[in-house]
Amino acid sequence: MSKIHVTTTVNGDTVEFLADPRETLLDCLRDHLGLTGSKEGCGTGDCGACSVMLDGRLVSSCLVLGVEAEGKRIDTIEGMAEPDGTLHPLQRKFIEHAALQCGFCTPGILVASKALLAENPDPTEEEVRYWLAGNLCRCTGYDKIIRAVMDAAAEMRGEVA
Amino acid sequence: MAKDEMNSFRLVGTRPDRPDGLDKVTGRARYGADFSLPGMLWAAVVRSPHAHARIVKIDTSKAEALAGVKAVITRADFPTGLTGENWNLQENTMAGDVALYDGHAVAAVAATSALIAREAADLVEVEYEVLPHVIDVDDAIKPDAVAIRPGAADASVPEGMPPNVVRYMEMGRGDVEEGFAEADLVMEKTYRTEATHQGYIEPHACVGQMGTDGKGEMWVCTQGHWYIRSMSAAVLGVEASQLRVTASEIGGGFGGKTTIFMEPLSLALSKKAGGVPVKLVMNRAEVLRATGPTASASMDVKVGMKKDGTLTAAEVEFRMQGGAFPGSPVDMALMCCLAPYNLPAAKLVGYDVLANRPKAAAYRAPGAPMGAFAVESLMDEMCRELQLDPIEMRLKNAVREGDRSSFGPKFGSIGLVEVLEAAKAHPNYAEPLGENQGRGVASGYWFNHNGETSVSMAISEDGTAQVSVGTPDIGGGRASIGMMVAERLGVAYEDVRVNVVETGALGINEPTHGSRATFASGKAAVLATEQAIGEMCRRAAKEWDIDEDAVEWVDGAAQPAGPNAGKFDPMSIVEIAAKMGSTGGPISGHYEGLPSGVGASFGHHVVDVEVDPETGHVKILRYLVVQDAGRAIHPAYVEGQFQGGAVQGIGWALNEEYVYGPDGRLQNTVFLDYRIPVASDLPPIDTVIVEVPNPGHPYGVRGVGETGITPPLPAIANAISDAIGVRMTHLPMNPQKVLAALKAQKG
Repeated sequence: MSKIHVTTTVNGDTVEFLADPRETLLDCLRDHLGLTGSKEGCGTGDCGACSVMLDGRLVSSCLVLGVEAEGKRIDTIEGMAEPDGTLHPLQRKFIEHAALQCGFCTPGILVASKALLAENPDPTEEEVRYWLAGNLCRCTGYDKIIRAVMDAAAEMRGEVA
Repeated sequence: MAKDEMNSFRLVGTRPDRPDGLDKVTGRARYGADFSLPGMLWAAVVRSPHAHARIVKIDTSKAEALAGVKAVITRADFPTGLTGENWNLQENTMAGDVALYDGHAVAAVAATSALIAREAADLVEVEYEVLPHVIDVDDAIKPDAVAIRPGAADASVPEGMPPNVVRYMEMGRGDVEEGFAEADLVMEKTYRTEATHQGYIEPHACVGQMGTDGKGEMWVCTQGHWYIRSMSAAVLGVEASQLRVTASEIGGGFGGKTTIFMEPLSLALSKKAGGVPVKLVMNRAEVLRATGPTASASMDVKVGMKKDGTLTAAEVEFRMQGGAFPGSPVDMALMCCLAPYNLPAAKLVGYDVLANRPKAAAYRAPGAPMGAFAVESLMDEMCRELQLDPIEMRLKNAVREGDRSSFGPKFGSIGLVEVLEAAKAHPNYAEPLGENQGRGVASGYWFNHNGETSVSMAISEDGTAQVSVGTPDIGGGRASIGMMVAERLGVAYEDVRVNVVETGALGINEPTHGSRATFASGKAAVLATEQAIGEMCRRAAKEWDIDEDAVEWVDGAAQPAGPNAGKFDPMSIVEIAAKMGSTGGPISGHYEGLPSGVGASFGHHVVDVEVDPETGHVKILRYLVVQDAGRAIHPAYVEGQFQGGAVQGIGWALNEEYVYGPDGRLQNTVFLDYRIPVASDLPPIDTVIVEVPNPGHPYGVRGVGETGITPPLPAIANAISDAIGVRMTHLPMNPQKVLAALKAQKG
């Protein structure tokens, strides 16, 4: 099958790649652009490990075709910290709260959590739990993840933890 | 427990950031599928769609003819003549004459892209003769069941047993009949659990390369790369020494990544393709169909109890299938199920049974959750009958140091009584309950394994230390090992860097399994550190021209031991390191061996549930884990183990199961259908870390990783019974089953 040329913006940079029409956005990010921070846990949109932002909308990149990225804006875990490496409050709070064990689901959960706080800066614990219900974590039992998100949200609102 | 009163350590017991945290929150950490090599090929595996079928013919010609395909392999490409577990591993890696379960590998291809490999796999034509199959353990153990592998039984199986029984075991002591005669209440019941999967989010992945010189290399996500090395070598008929294996970061394992499934295929394909590296990544359906699951179980339990709660005897018979190969964890289920109780008489009988399912792998405290479900459910029912507080009953019968365990050896220092007292005193145990709400408790036990361990550490020129370990960091191991080394060395936590190194860099290491990494690699790292400290003291003694015994190590520096040793200013690790090149060369320490002094861990869980009588849905309202950690090096990661184990247990109790169709095919091969707990299913998981230090470890560590999955199955069943008066004896306790039980109760 012949490949299709795709031009898109990833973490603020214009990038180009050749995609087989069968390849997912996740395949293209990982295998063509070398951005392996987004993970494939299921390939069926059930685990959330491949979560990215597509034109500001939270999506499972395993359910988006690579060719659909044409002309769009994509934000991945690799673009979450400041350009100088300063961590996003969510990233810092995940480390502080020991909210990761193996860390495999972490990029997807961070991307999803950031999307939540953009929409709802002051979520209840229940709202965080329901928002993250599409992100599977098998190690932590979610307890410390929820605490980290709540704490990061408080800090981002300017409340002293 | 106020742990600050219990220790005076500088770092042990604190909560520093884990050293690999930055890589893991930025997407930089490299997991199995994140590794690539220039010119690498991609592999795909052809799998049996049948539960049991003779492989009549495999035609690979069309696949080989596809442009971009570089190698196709079948079992014919593997050496013959393997025996025992090596044969089992080879047979499971790729079927020989017979496909033994749905998903069993029958061929594999390597091509220039993942898409071409997948296409080629579809072009491999396999002719099957479908055979009768058996899935359920109670069916598989019948005398007239289809014999899956005649001759697979080992010497433990007496003559005349049903054909699929491959191991038989008996243990225990005392006269159980006498014990039952002394009891005021004797109850017996049968319980069943279904197979579940470890459910790690990272699918298995590796890149293998094997040259024409017979030397190979592999990058793989695994809990133990030395195991990958020896098992892959055995399957391929080469010496383990010819393979070099590097462990990637690991995206969860829970026991399921302590063995091989498809890793040797990448090496065999690479060899056939002339030594080009081959990447092999499973998809989720392959993970569920062909890796990991734990056994399903059918269990009879009989217990005798006096009116005051004193236990007089217990007898259990467990039947477990571990797939089409020997190795269900029935032995460990037997050993753990009665461990919390000081019993005058116990009889334990176990059957390991074959069925047409994937080869079972270890899953967190293998076997113990099933056994606990049976025993702890019955204990609860008897307490209810005799109107006894279930924690009081457990305290009355609790094993203490020096007591003989139900499975034989005497217990050393253990903390069960302290755990039970802490659970009883916790506010959760006194929270008022509403309508359709109930509370359940259960105890659990798991061992602490030592295992072959090699660790080395070296002092760098700047006075910091690097530690090389061979146990992959699955949940904070680098942090806890680094803390212990820094504590002993007297340096800052940040001045110790712990690296997980490849098989060429250390002696043999068993995997991160058996709750052993912080215990075994941790103890080995401390012993290695002491060796380096000894050398640093020698360097100082030489410079001061005093006896080396007159030098001691205090707060990161050598100093004269007492006034008679001489008057010298302390010589810091930074000073010693800076000039080590001229005082005798590099300074390092190492440990190779089997670290002694393991410390087992008891836990007790308290759970409150609410059952919806309309739908049968069970909601977890509150959940408390109390467990003895010996001493928590990094309490946050100890809590994490408790919480993660509890939630895996909640999934197993309420929802997870392998569902097979009448054709013997697995029906739930995606996470949508094999549903593991999500954040909105759960409340916060409360934890209490009990610390009864293990005298066998320099900092008192016990293994904590596995015990936590053991109590949830019965604790939740007991809570459901308390809520609605229905006793659930068959997992999972999903809405359909709970509703059916409610209906049956109403008549």
